Amino acid sequence: MSDLRELYQQVILDHNKNPRNFREMADATSRVEGYNPLCGDHYTIFLKTAGDKIDEVSFTGSGCAISKASASVMSSTVKGKSRDEAEQLFDTFHRLVTGDQSGLDAAELGRLAAFSGVSEFPARVKCATLAWHTLRNALEGKDDKVSTE
Amino acid sequence: MTNLATVTDDDVSRPAALGPRPYDVEKIRADFPILSREVRGKKLVYLDNAATTQKPRQVIDRLVRYYSEENSNVHRGVHYLSELATTEYENARGTVQRFINARSEKEVVFTRGTTEAINLVVQSWGRTNVGEGDEILISAIEHHSNIVPWQMLCAEKQATLRIIPVNDAGELLIDEYERMLNPRVKLVAVGHASNALGTINPLSRIIAAAHANGSLVLVDGAQGVPHIAVDVQALNCDFYAFSGHKVYGPTGVGVLYGREALLDAMPPWQGGGDMILSVSYEKTTYNALPYKFEAGTPNIEGVVGLAAALDYVGSIGLDAIAEYEHGLERYTTKRLLEIDGIRLIGTAREKAAVISFVLEGVHPHDIGTILDREGVAVRTGHHCAQPLMTRFNVPATGRASFGLYNTREEADALVAALHKVIEVFR
Repeated sequence: MSDLRELYQQVILDHNKNPRNFREMADATSRVEGYNPLCGDHYTIFLKTAGDKIDEVSFTGSGCAISKASASVMSSTVKGKSRDEAEQLFDTFHRLVTGDQSGLDAAELGRLAAFSGVSEFPARVKCATLAWHTLRNALEGKDDKVSTE
Repeated sequence: MTNLATVTDDDVSRPAALGPRPYDVEKIRADFPILSREVRGKKLVYLDNAATTQKPRQVIDRLVRYYSEENSNVHRGVHYLSELATTEYENARGTVQRFINARSEKEVVFTRGTTEAINLVVQSWGRTNVGEGDEILISAIEHHSNIVPWQMLCAEKQATLRIIPVNDAGELLIDEYERMLNPRVKLVAVGHASNALGTINPLSRIIAAAHANGSLVLVDGAQGVPHIAVDVQALNCDFYAFSGHKVYGPTGVGVLYGREALLDAMPPWQGGGDMILSVSYEKTTYNALPYKFEAGTPNIEGVVGLAAALDYVGSIGLDAIAEYEHGLERYTTKRLLEIDGIRLIGTAREKAAVISFVLEGVHPHDIGTILDREGVAVRTGHHCAQPLMTRFNVPATGRASFGLYNTREEADALVAALHKVIEVFR
């Protein structure tokens, strides 16, 4: 059970049950869909940016606990950040969930650290990164659907 | 034959005088080397048989023997090994013919699997016989492999793909189906049993109605052959497709059965070696059935391995297997329904041993990960049947699918692992 508890940490279970920023955004500056055909995870990320700054992020959709919690934590983590900072956070998060954790700073990770257990479950990395890939596309102005397959 | 409906939970100790000897599942399990391995430190509980089945020693040994003693190309050389390989390959065709009770070996075409068999019919029969305004009927519980090829055909020919609806139990609305039949319907393509729900379709009624309407019927038998005795003459279907790997044989091999007269009239769909009689730059004369549809060097070891698998299944007997698996399905269903918050998707009266379920508040993908840590292998996802998931308004399900070697202890292990899921999530 220990590695399962490591994967399904309290933060993840909490964000899965009560996802933050889980709503449509009428005045979004962009909206992009993300889809994982393997398991059917399907989200829409709404983004409001002003110049370089991310003012607001919200999302709707459904999927597994890892993907939903990741979208929820992502939405609150990148709020108020610049594009470069968001990109840097994705890079950090990606290294965390793929097991390349050398030199990662706990303070920088913050709530993202709850996803450290994912690296022990390679099949679930796509679930954890789906929302982030979708965010990146939204920031880059690509409005085509993201697929992690 | 025992009436399936009378099988109870406690029919293990009947006197020998009453019928065939009891189903010896432990002896069967001993034939499958992989079943004794551990995964993640736990005893493997393999409940993903609708995706692929494990292979008995008899099949594995057959593949080794083929490559150790018989390997050569077929239908080519005059040398000893080529003749041997050809004989074994063609003997396998005879094994398949008898297994499904086809009239002739000419009606047995080897393919890469069910998907390729359906695509063969679409490309060859479909592109020749389906035109603008024609209709193809499929059911609402088909696998993508019995949806997409027809969709492609209909798009090309400006024909219409129509969907036979199902009720909330996952059973075909047969009256609705009969009303959909009209002179434009050229073919009805239905699964023998649903890979996602387990529903066994009422083929005899479907086929009789289609034929009365002048329509052909293709049966996707990928989930039929492993669980139900198939007699293509009794079924009276026009095409029947199945895969080797779902019936305890190798991957990469499958069968298309087709009525001889139909196959005879159909053009080849792939050109190459083996499917010709003579070739010049001006004109090629095609080979006779079934070789016309087997271009290129076939999957010889797959074909001989498939024959070994069918011999193995035949030695146990499909009626015995069906009866045993039915008991297992009833038992597992009963145990699963004891779990708080579980909902079964697909509750047809006629069902193969496939159980799809959702657990309130837990996504199937999370269920799959936790079960895996308990050594329990199930499929989670849309089961290559996305329109079906939409019909039942679920993004995905968990699916436990049983084979001839599964036991009630394994069903208990599934239930115990699901309690672990609840423990993590609640």
